[in-house]
Amino acid sequence: MSNFIPGQPLVAVVQRIEIKKLRQGDNLILGFSIGGGIDQDPGQNPFSDDKADKGIYVTRITPGGPAETADLRMGDKIMQVNGYDMTMMTHDQARKRLTKKNEDVVRLLVTRKSLEEAVKNSMGGYQRQ
Amino acid sequence: MDTESTYSGYSYYSGRSRGSHRHGERSRDRDRHKSRNKDSRSEKSVTINSPPAEPLLGDSSVRGGEQVQDDNWGETTTAVTGTSEHSLSQEDIVRITKDLEDSVGLDCRRYFTLTLAVVMGLLVFLTPVAFLVLPHLLWPEKLQSCGTACEGLFISVAFKLLILLLAVWALFFRSPRAGLPRVFVFRALLAVLVLLFVMSYWLFYGVRILDTQDDNYQGIVQYAVSLVDALLFIHYLAIVLLELRQLQPCFSVCVMRSTDGEKRHYNLGQLSIQRAALAVLEHYYCDFPVHNPALLSASKSRAAKHLAGLKVYNVDGPGNNAAAGMAHSQSRAMIAAAARRRDTSHNELYYEDAEHERRVRKRKARLVVAVEEAFTHIKRMQEEEQKKTPVDVMDSREAAQAIFPSMARALQKYLRTTKQQHCHSMESIQQHLAFCITNNMTPKAFLESYLSAGPTLQYSRSHWLARQWTLISDASVTSGLSDGCVFQLKCVDFSLVVTTKKIPYIQMSEEYIDPKSHKFVLRLQSETSV
Repeated sequence: MSNFIPGQPLVAVVQRIEIKKLRQGDNLILGFSIGGGIDQDPGQNPFSDDKADKGIYVTRITPGGPAETADLRMGDKIMQVNGYDMTMMTHDQARKRLTKKNEDVVRLLVTRKSLEEAVKNSMGGYQRQ
Repeated sequence: MDTESTYSGYSYYSGRSRGSHRHGERSRDRDRHKSRNKDSRSEKSVTINSPPAEPLLGDSSVRGGEQVQDDNWGETTTAVTGTSEHSLSQEDIVRITKDLEDSVGLDCRRYFTLTLAVVMGLLVFLTPVAFLVLPHLLWPEKLQSCGTACEGLFISVAFKLLILLLAVWALFFRSPRAGLPRVFVFRALLAVLVLLFVMSYWLFYGVRILDTQDDNYQGIVQYAVSLVDALLFIHYLAIVLLELRQLQPCFSVCVMRSTDGEKRHYNLGQLSIQRAALAVLEHYYCDFPVHNPALLSASKSRAAKHLAGLKVYNVDGPGNNAAAGMAHSQSRAMIAAAARRRDTSHNELYYEDAEHERRVRKRKARLVVAVEEAFTHIKRMQEEEQKKTPVDVMDSREAAQAIFPSMARALQKYLRTTKQQHCHSMESIQQHLAFCITNNMTPKAFLESYLSAGPTLQYSRSHWLARQWTLISDASVTSGLSDGCVFQLKCVDFSLVVTTKKIPYIQMSEEYIDPKSHKFVLRLQSETSV
């Protein structure tokens, strides 16, 4: 989330989140909504620090859904889905990656600001020791 | 005298044909000797008056105490400088002399200029002809016979002279629009140039051809042709200097009338101040609504009431303070008192204005109805009907007279309310009515000229056109317009203040945008639930 330069290697603190898809009728749903993408307007993203960041962000979490159970939070930026990079994806490609019918489980790598701060705090405490 | 001495450099030009920009060849006018006499009789209507310095208490001192009046009377005379005293007496003299020889003097000057111009013109035109004819008269036996080329040149001389004649007639022989205070510098320069030129040609001719009795006639003819060519080029120079140079707008002038603040803006080219003043006056007659002194009486009465409200008494007695100090302190005291007192005149003004507006609107409504009704009484009759029915037929003037009485009262009341009654006489109203009837105009069209004040030219000329305009300017009136220059045009009732601003230099650059480069994208913000 910090110092995002398109095309350059990105360093971020990520959290692994595993979501089991829930079957609702004919569909397998994950229980959250995504926004963003390289074909979208990054200036309208309320969750990003850098308004040029065209990554995929979690915009809504359905209460009681699988995503909420898996501790996915609103405002998370999705970096990888099942090993596939999500930082340079169009919105539709991202949607397709998440909604593959033959996958039951999606393993996400997400990053959020609180993660970085937590790491910094813990590292600072370690160094003091 | 200050005003005279500053322009000593111009006295040469000023003496010459002052006040007249007359028929035709002003450019050819050149009489140095007469100018000396004319200088002494210089009209004060010419230029450069320093605005008279009136002391602040000019009016109020009269209403003050008796002792105050004496001292201020002394103060007033010392404030008037030597210049204005002299100019006052000069004005008297000039007025007297003008009364005595007014029309005679001016006409003399104009006709004198005209005859001089015609004489010069004839001289210039006949010079080439003289060049060609003199050898035949003086030494015909020695002269070589004129061959084909030479006779061809005769034709060319003839046609060029004809063209020159037409061109000079077109450029210079126009009825003059105005009499300006000083001579046109450019016309004077052109006249000098032409005369010098012709003189030098005559000199050359006299020395090299007449004295030596040259027998090469073709050379003489070519010489005459070259003279005519050069005259045509001088005429071209005249067109450029006199006509073309001021066409491109360079300055924006703002003209404001001193009595009611009417303001207009015009674009002028590079003109001398007197020509700019002339252009401004012509625009004034066409654009500005007519000057109506009756509309200004209200503000004057209000001003009088302000001053009448306060009286200043000198408690200390006369002669204690210096006259100037007392004048100052009195004026300051008055201003302070006026600021402090509770003035309700704004209230009166507001209600008066509202009342006046209501009255005007009521009268206007009555007038419109009366006129519309009057117009329904007459009907235009067609040709065929005229022969068929033997009804009493009137022409437009009689028709106007017939319907006029029904609207006369309403119209007069309206004009009285809007204080325009002296602008329109009954005769002029009836004429206008006949005019409108003849041209099939509606009642509204007839009324338009009475509802709003039109430009000065609309009204009968003799009554409204000022006879004499005075140009008051710091800079010399033959110098060109410059940025920030201010001059005044004064007539008897009011004055027009003209300020000049230069139109700025515009630096423009170019940018090319490929028409194919206009591309657009949608601003998307989709949110998909997964």
